[in-house]
Amino acid sequence: MTHRNLAAANGNSPGDFDAELTDESLVLHLAGDWTIDHAGALDARLRGLSVPSAVRRVSLDLGEVEALDTAGAWLVHRTRRELEARGIEVELHGAAGAQRTLIEAVASLPSEGEPEPKRASPLIDLVARTGEATIDLARESVRLVGFFGMLAMKTARVLLQPRRLRLISLAYHIEATGVSAVPIVGLLSFLIGVVLAYQGADQLRQFGAEIFVVDLLGISVLRELGVLMTAIIVAGRSGSAFTAQIGTMKVNQEVDAMQTLGLDPVDVLVLPRAFALMITLPLLVFFADLVALFGGATMSNFVLDISYGQFMRQFQSAVDVGHFWVGMVKAPVFAFTIAMVGCYEGLKVGGSAESVGRLTTASVVRSIFLVIVLDAVFSVLFAVLGI
Amino acid sequence: MVDDLKGAHASDGNDVAIRIRGLRTQFGRQVIHDGLDLDVRRGEVLGVVGGSGTGKSVLLKEIIGLVRPAAGTIEVFGENVAATAGEGQNGLQRRWGVLFQDGALFSSMTVAENIAVPLHEHSDLPPALIAEIARIKVAMAGLPLSAADKYPSELSGGMRKRAGLARALALDPDLIFLDEPTAGLDPIGAAAFDDLIRNLQRSLDLTVFMVTHDLDSLAAVCDRIAVLVDRHIIVDTMENLMKLDHPWIRDYFHGPRGRAALKTSERIEAAG
Repeated sequence: MTHRNLAAANGNSPGDFDAELTDESLVLHLAGDWTIDHAGALDARLRGLSVPSAVRRVSLDLGEVEALDTAGAWLVHRTRRELEARGIEVELHGAAGAQRTLIEAVASLPSEGEPEPKRASPLIDLVARTGEATIDLARESVRLVGFFGMLAMKTARVLLQPRRLRLISLAYHIEATGVSAVPIVGLLSFLIGVVLAYQGADQLRQFGAEIFVVDLLGISVLRELGVLMTAIIVAGRSGSAFTAQIGTMKVNQEVDAMQTLGLDPVDVLVLPRAFALMITLPLLVFFADLVALFGGATMSNFVLDISYGQFMRQFQSAVDVGHFWVGMVKAPVFAFTIAMVGCYEGLKVGGSAESVGRLTTASVVRSIFLVIVLDAVFSVLFAVLGI
Repeated sequence: MVDDLKGAHASDGNDVAIRIRGLRTQFGRQVIHDGLDLDVRRGEVLGVVGGSGTGKSVLLKEIIGLVRPAAGTIEVFGENVAATAGEGQNGLQRRWGVLFQDGALFSSMTVAENIAVPLHEHSDLPPALIAEIARIKVAMAGLPLSAADKYPSELSGGMRKRAGLARALALDPDLIFLDEPTAGLDPIGAAAFDDLIRNLQRSLDLTVFMVTHDLDSLAAVCDRIAVLVDRHIIVDTMENLMKLDHPWIRDYFHGPRGRAALKTSERIEAAG
């Protein structure tokens, strides 16, 4: 009881000690509050305490100590232990019953941790971390390819037996990934169209060739920008949602429960999402193309004096329908990639809620990365094929 | 051992760690506590029990200032919690420690770093000393020292609770709040945790406010038990509570689990 109540009563008489040196022995008179508030100053003084080598015996007199807490008890014990390690006899007296108990309690605890692991030099550390990250990336890629293979097999099986597809879940995900994404996709596409028309016209005006802004818009939007922008928005919106949803189910052990009930998590969770996204992304891309072109046409109408009619005529003559198909063909591939990465990262979630957040970020980064890489692959492919 | 029936009038100001008067808690139209009075004495272990939805955890959160009551006063060590919310609360936060249900350790830090957080925040100790004190607290909570450098996700549930307790004890508080300390532990782990609480309470002279469902814990650790019924609280020792003729209390203590817990604790007392 005593030491705590004293601490509460006299909050501020700083802990202190005096050293009294006789030939062979040293007496340390401890006084005041040996508590956490004063431990910093006491620690520095105790570490700086020099004990002459002639001293064979040290006694710690706690008679004047008004309050002692764990920090203070640790300081007393540490001082005693360090002196004893130098072969000096240490005795403790004057401690009130509770204070003695506390010091003995602290003394009985194991306090010698294993020595701090030696840090390698920063350079070696950097090389080691780079190597680790590379190996991780390679392993991860192999696993993702494995997941892709399994998903492809299951997709084929579902296509052969369409009854296995979960229609309600599919409809739900079509709504969540498609219908709900319409406003944001529309808005961003419109703005892209506006910006593109404006920037393009600014350059083309120098040559008096403003009308070619239609070609610029048509080809860049239909071939690349429409599908790329939409895929990136969907990766951020739905890919992350897939990871978070499936990850949360993993944390709740719902996925484990599914397996014990004989349900295949891939059938139940992954396939409906992948199919839904493969249906909605092309539709969204089509919508994004239209809106972006409309944005460009609006800009042309108001700023460049190219009326909607002129825009349409130029568009018809200059932009081949092939460009549209080049863009559209990529959409289901991107959709499959986004869904695959999102679900894969979700299924990777371990026990803790923390990993859901980490993997959601990873899922978005990875799917956007893969989408852009695939887009580059498509470009090369179309160039080779001459499309 | 035998206290008077209403703990509220038992003690003068200095012996009371927590004083609650006329507490009213309300969520929308649902009244949880109404005119609740409670005194927690210094140095005692008070166990709080009650059925689901009677507001045990809410009461705890109100005392530590996380939830504001609709009416009434809560004083901890003579300071009004609601009035001092914000800046002035720092003084109180230094004097209490809270163990949340699953430890509530900061997941991005190791156990030792978790324990160091309040030390860094509320003291100006040098880092080396903080590291030493953190290790002492790890050992006090009965964890192996190797646990100090681990992350919460690498620990079992029981170890996380011990680590949470170590963090709650970091500043040598006078008062400690435990929210279901033994929930989710196996019986051996729970008994060990009970022992730990009892030992720490004795050696550090703590006042303990413990929300629990564990009848074994109640019997083994608590000096008095507070039962939340009918929006009020009844505080007494276990044996006196068992004589009361309230339906919920009777079912609680005289149910098969209650009888078993009491028998065990009697056996232990007889043996020890």
